[in-house]
Amino acid sequence: MAVLVIADHDGAHVRDTTAKTVTAACAISGDVDVLVLGASLSGAAAGAAAIAGVRKVLTAESAALGQGLAEAVTDLVVSLAGGYDAILTPATSTGKNFIPRIAAKLDVSQISDIIEVVDAKTFVRPIYAGNALETVKSSDAKIVGTVRATAFKAAGEGGSAGIEAAAVPGSAGRHADFVSEEVVKSDRPELAGAKIVVSGGRALGSAEEFHKVIEPLADKLGAAVGASRAAVDAGYAPNDYQVGQTGKVVAPDLYVAIGISGAIQHLAGMKDSKIIVAVNKDADAPIFAVADYGLVADYKTAVPELMEELARIGK
Amino acid sequence: MKVLVPVKRVIDYNVKVRVKPDQTGVDLANVKMSMNPFDEIGTEEAVRLKEKGAATEVVVVSIGPAQAQETIRTALAMGADRGILIQTDQDLEPLAVAKLLAAVIAQETPGVVVMGKQAIDGDNNAVGQMLAALLDWPQATFASGIEISGDTAKVTREVDGGLQVLSVALPAVITADLRLNEPRYASLPNIMKAKKKPIDIKSTADYGVDVANRLTVLKVTEPPKRQGGVKVADVAELVSKLKNEAGVI
Repeated sequence: MAVLVIADHDGAHVRDTTAKTVTAACAISGDVDVLVLGASLSGAAAGAAAIAGVRKVLTAESAALGQGLAEAVTDLVVSLAGGYDAILTPATSTGKNFIPRIAAKLDVSQISDIIEVVDAKTFVRPIYAGNALETVKSSDAKIVGTVRATAFKAAGEGGSAGIEAAAVPGSAGRHADFVSEEVVKSDRPELAGAKIVVSGGRALGSAEEFHKVIEPLADKLGAAVGASRAAVDAGYAPNDYQVGQTGKVVAPDLYVAIGISGAIQHLAGMKDSKIIVAVNKDADAPIFAVADYGLVADYKTAVPELMEELARIGK
Repeated sequence: MKVLVPVKRVIDYNVKVRVKPDQTGVDLANVKMSMNPFDEIGTEEAVRLKEKGAATEVVVVSIGPAQAQETIRTALAMGADRGILIQTDQDLEPLAVAKLLAAVIAQETPGVVVMGKQAIDGDNNAVGQMLAALLDWPQATFASGIEISGDTAKVTREVDGGLQVLSVALPAVITADLRLNEPRYASLPNIMKAKKKPIDIKSTADYGVDVANRLTVLKVTEPPKRQGGVKVADVAELVSKLKNEAGVI
């Protein structure tokens, strides 16, 4: 048995999600290879090779792979699939885009959002926005799935796997063409992997207020910025800030919810955080049912006080 | 150009989900069911394409129990032209759904498929991509903007960290994300009109594809409950607890 993990990386580094997916893969088999694909893989391949437990790193470079086009990724992975009993990738927007295409090409029923590996064919995954967990056993010859990285500990470093280039098949079928990309550059940590997340909700009332209140607090804590779906829908924050069932699932050490009521859809995305802080002026808000520390207060007074208090303790 | 919109009948998104005590699944008895919210967005987009003149006909397909006709009627009331129900009481996996849809598409030959990115029951986020794979069509998932000109669609996609724009030659599969549009409420006259629109009832056997499940659900359980903590009196107490008790700052 061997497992292929398709890495999540930014070219220079592999993201933490990759090391966490390697942990899930190691629960299936001791033979775990990592495929690093993209346009320029300078540091990422070396980073993948250093993950403990990795047998071999495969690299594949092309423009289409760098653009994350599902058609190109699928052609490549299907060409390598013969050597593997399982193919996994973190459940990022990129992974969710190509994994089902690979599964269908291999005539396999996909396992989405794995949170626990029971055995090589049996997995636990959330359904109904995390309100239920199902344990499923696959009868397919291969496992193809996405892994919810927050549910696994990152594999350590210290590996020294060999790096080999994989042959990239030419584009055979019809495919989408890349036009452009607008990636927001930020000095803040990435939402999905941040140790601290500060999120704002609908109570903020406007994009200006969100910017003025949430972002400075996040910067003071060295945190990533998140938002509830209500805040995103209202246009206060961009979509990729969204934490919840339909957005990102996060599990930081500290999650600070400002003016978020705590709809089921939001809780699904953050309830595995280690410590949850909620600031809301409605004492009955559902967010308080999951918060370790709840402060019933208007954010308008509480956040400035919080900034001062953090400054006082040297933050 | 014809637009095909698959829609799924799911538990209403406002309903509190309860796991059955015998761990065989989720209790759906006497629970309000609705169209999957992402499929509503897909339907809305298809109807807008027709209103803009980019499409000539909107065909809605649902795969599910007899009551899924109501879901199709909802789409018809929003402005879709006709429906196809593949009636089955089996809880089909995304791969089987994609195979059935591929068979429908072989007959209907639409110019584009617009559908929700995921259903809020199984949360698989798979059918659209699988369908594109089976048809060997290009895919553009998680769309927040669709512009069709001639036989090309320019699709803006929601990706981690921002937006990506793809150009896809039609036919293609496009899956809808939340911000693509805000679905309309059907007006009473349109609800009445929808009752007269045709729905073709089929069975899975009519399409001759393998719909056997590959996954066995061993059990369905409740997630571990998170215990609420304490209310703090003020900001000073909050910061002190975070620093000294939780040790997270």
